[in-house]
Amino acid sequence: MIGLNHFLVLSAILFTIGMFIVMTRRHGIMMLMGLELILNAANLNLVAFSRFVEGSIRGQAFAIFVIILAVAEAAIALAIILSIYSNQARINLDELQALKE
Amino acid sequence: MFDFLFYLFAVIGVGAALFVAFTPNVVHAALALVPTFGSLAGLYLLLGADFIAVTQVAIYIGAILVLMLFGIMYTHNIARLSGEQVTMQVGAGLVVALITLFSLVAAVISTDWPVRELSEPQPTVRRLGVLFLTDYLLPFEIASVLLLIALVGAVVISHSVQAGKSKDPS
Repeated sequence: MIGLNHFLVLSAILFTIGMFIVMTRRHGIMMLMGLELILNAANLNLVAFSRFVEGSIRGQAFAIFVIILAVAEAAIALAIILSIYSNQARINLDELQALKE
Repeated sequence: MFDFLFYLFAVIGVGAALFVAFTPNVVHAALALVPTFGSLAGLYLLLGADFIAVTQVAIYIGAILVLMLFGIMYTHNIARLSGEQVTMQVGAGLVVALITLFSLVAAVISTDWPVRELSEPQPTVRRLGVLFLTDYLLPFEIASVLLLIALVGAVVISHSVQAGKSKDPS
């Protein structure tokens, strides 16, 4: 029988993969993908807790706020990455040494 | 059936996430996020969170991925990408990731969660709507303002991208 622990372990695996992507990738947009994976893992935790522990749907409300924050973060981070790219023609974040020339 | 679906979605999600982590091609990585987010939507359905599952599909697959693909198209000559070093410090990253995974899993397993009796999943849309307009009214309004700020901010920043382009044609 699938219980809470299965979902929590799956979420831990997804979180770890997202963290691994953020740590090892040089490409700015790839780092964003890792961040989205991390936020998704957190969301899975929230929804699982709201189903198995809480019984109400407050966890789901939190998950929706997390999704809203993820969207805002993705839009702004992508705009910043594009702006840096047009200024310095670099997309690999480890090569950046200044935010503007 | 529930168990089978859980393992199916879990394998698809983790496999696609691993593909994202190790493929050298950025476009392939962005496309591999589709099965990851899709299987997460399936898991939300298994957990009885119908509204979040639909939101996941609409926002993550529909909006964020398209946004990222646009970002990749804007910034990269895709043909140039092959042969470039795309990752760094994989060994150290793997060690830290495995340590994190083991501590997280150990914490999950060793904790005695106060699991309650499972009831039949109810439709959540109406209850979520009521919750957003009563208990979570203030965060809800703040989230709307945040989205407006993000919209305006993205437009302003990308406008300065255009200005920078006309100044510097390289």
